[in-house]
Amino acid sequence: MDSFLKSGKLGTSIGDKTSQLNNEGVKKKKSVPWVEKYRPRTVSDIVEQTEAVHVLEQCIAGADLPNLLFYGPPGTGKTSTILAAARQLFGDMYRDRILELNASDERGIQVIRDKVKTFAQLTASAVRHDGKSCPPFKVIILDEADSLTNAAQAALRRTMEKESKTTRFCLICNYVSRIIEPLTSRCTKFQFKPLDESKILERLKLICQEEKLQVNDEVLNVLVKTSGGDMRRATTCLQSCSVLKGKDATVSMHDVYEITGVVPDQWVTDYISVCKENIYSKLEEFIESFILEAYTAAQFLKQVNEVIVNTDEFTDKRKAVIGEKLGTVSYRLQDGGSEYIQLLDLGCAIMIEYSKKT
Amino acid sequence: MSLWVDKYRPKDLSKLDYHKDQAENLKKLTQRGDFPHLLVYGPSGAGKKTRIMCILKDLYGPGVERLRMEQLNFTTPSKKKLEIMTVSSNYHIEINPSDVGIYDRVVVMDLIKNVAQTQQLDVNGQREFKVIVLTDVDDLSKDAQHALRRTMEKYIANCRLILSANSTSRLTPAIRSRCLGIRVSAPTITEIVTILQGVCKREGLNLPTELAQRIAEKSNRNLRRAILMCEACKVEQYPFSANQNIAEPDWLLFIRAIARKISQEQSINTLASVRGDLYELIIHGIPNTIIFQTLVSELVKNCDITLKATIISQAALFEHRLQHGNKAIFHLEAFVAKYMYLYKKFLEDTIGDAF
Ligand SMILES: Nc1ncnc2c1ncn2[C@@H]1O[C@H](COP(=O)(O)OP(=O)(O)O)[C@@H](O)[C@H]1O
Ligand SMILES: [Mg+2]
Repeated sequence: MDSFLKSGKLGTSIGDKTSQLNNEGVKKKKSVPWVEKYRPRTVSDIVEQTEAVHVLEQCIAGADLPNLLFYGPPGTGKTSTILAAARQLFGDMYRDRILELNASDERGIQVIRDKVKTFAQLTASAVRHDGKSCPPFKVIILDEADSLTNAAQAALRRTMEKESKTTRFCLICNYVSRIIEPLTSRCTKFQFKPLDESKILERLKLICQEEKLQVNDEVLNVLVKTSGGDMRRATTCLQSCSVLKGKDATVSMHDVYEITGVVPDQWVTDYISVCKENIYSKLEEFIESFILEAYTAAQFLKQVNEVIVNTDEFTDKRKAVIGEKLGTVSYRLQDGGSEYIQLLDLGCAIMIEYSKKT
Repeated sequence: MSLWVDKYRPKDLSKLDYHKDQAENLKKLTQRGDFPHLLVYGPSGAGKKTRIMCILKDLYGPGVERLRMEQLNFTTPSKKKLEIMTVSSNYHIEINPSDVGIYDRVVVMDLIKNVAQTQQLDVNGQREFKVIVLTDVDDLSKDAQHALRRTMEKYIANCRLILSANSTSRLTPAIRSRCLGIRVSAPTITEIVTILQGVCKREGLNLPTELAQRIAEKSNRNLRRAILMCEACKVEQYPFSANQNIAEPDWLLFIRAIARKISQEQSINTLASVRGDLYELIIHGIPNTIIFQTLVSELVKNCDITLKATIISQAALFEHRLQHGNKAIFHLEAFVAKYMYLYKKFLEDTIGDAF
């Protein structure tokens, strides 16, 4: 049986966040995903987000925390910030003092009632194992809090009030509008903004150096551009490049386009020039072959939008008409609409705007 | 006797006929320790399943080819009993979560937790993880997708997911960004011709290039369909002739007939009879999206450009609604009715112009 003979434990897993936090597992040498490996360890390592960093540094100095609400797009450092702050506040007691709940797999009112309450009611002493002092409270982190049901949020509000002496809460979400007002008003709010391109580039370069990865600037620039200010996405894509190509091979432009899902520009220009020709059957044919290539339609629309916005072939008014259709089509696509029909619809709209011109 | 599609399915990454660069990358990937979750996406018949099986074989050896079918049972929190068919080996398990409709979340979560908790029995096995293959993840509910994002991170030590989808549009960005995407585009006509000729050669048959070319074009670059068509041609007539009839799928002919019926007469009677036909298609499990797309592309054929644009924008509206309602027939029929109205008006206007 050659499956048996192929030697070596290759399958060291990509370590997971939970085992880092709960520290249950046996210590194995794990290959950690780079997002975890390069997560900032202290609050001052956080790039940008100056307001939050500034306030938290003062809190750490004063050994106390308010209830917090972090909101903003993915990969901007929300989770990292609170984890780093907790680590600095509690030192080696850090693992016993935080409860990290991800709303996505354990949500609903029952979780709030059971897990959160029990944890909140544990007492936290003011000394560490080694005798040093330590803030006498615990932190409950509710990540992805926007997917908590309203009932669960209401239940949380009561717990938050009752346990305010011994527990601080940190709510993290993408959309602050999904959190009920009584909760937001009990928290200090911080908005996390998409990271600056130069900052992302800097960090990617650092990672390349640490991992001894050969990547040229052109490739890095694509990674930065496609990340849209999301550091997690940039880091993951960089790691994917290295995983797919192996350590020593150099990453080519082709690879990076494939991994980030960027549609080759030729497809975008062809789509628009096919519309310009005003021949329906050509548009139909184009879309059929586009779909057979399996490119991501959402990404395609993004690129088409870019071109439409910057072209000088249309007046602003015409651009607005196309833009509106683009918005509708993009929403419908994400909502389950057929790529074939939706891309045809957009194509027809562009066609009409072109034919009006003459 | 197995069908040619199964009989000649390549079993090794190195034997794949096209996208060879990608196969090489995949080979490197399986040799490394940090095998990530994968999202394999591409149109149907492009070879996703074949690639996934090759990856598994590369990971675990020929043991993954000893497959068994098994029915698993799950219970929802509301005590509803669910059954789902699975195909598995000692190393992997494959399910299609959409088989249980809106309960996909429960099944996916339970399955992952179960697999993650049972460590690989064979301690000498070369991998510390098992693989769960989820097919047709385009159809996963949003609820299931939300639940997956955390679960994927949490249980990654003991299990990896390989997701397979026709397109990435319906997947949330959170799921996409947690997987390494493997894009499997449809093979080109030339590639299909070569493959058809290879298959026939191994069957000891002589396939004229013209016929191979015609089949490839009719297949819409769907390799599975092309091979099925080719086998059907063989059953119908051998020795082959270059211009022999190529049987097209029944449902395609059926939808074309519906379209003809609609453009011949726009009336309540036609609408009623079309309803029956559409039901027939739905009952036979033809996916709604396929019905809609084929119907639209047939129906716009005899319209002028302005009308085409109007009809497409109506189709886009109704097809999107169809994804939300739970009675597809309503939306299909609404579209047909709208089309009849627009088309009739168009005919009247053009006839009016002629006088
Ligand atoms: N402001 C930032 N400074 C430094 N690294 C960051 C920043 N934002 C995100 N990252 C990096 O991106 C990854 C994801 O960040 P995370 O805090 O989990 O984002 P989220 O805002 O989605 O919670 C982390 O590994 C971290 O290294
Ligand atoms: Mg986070």
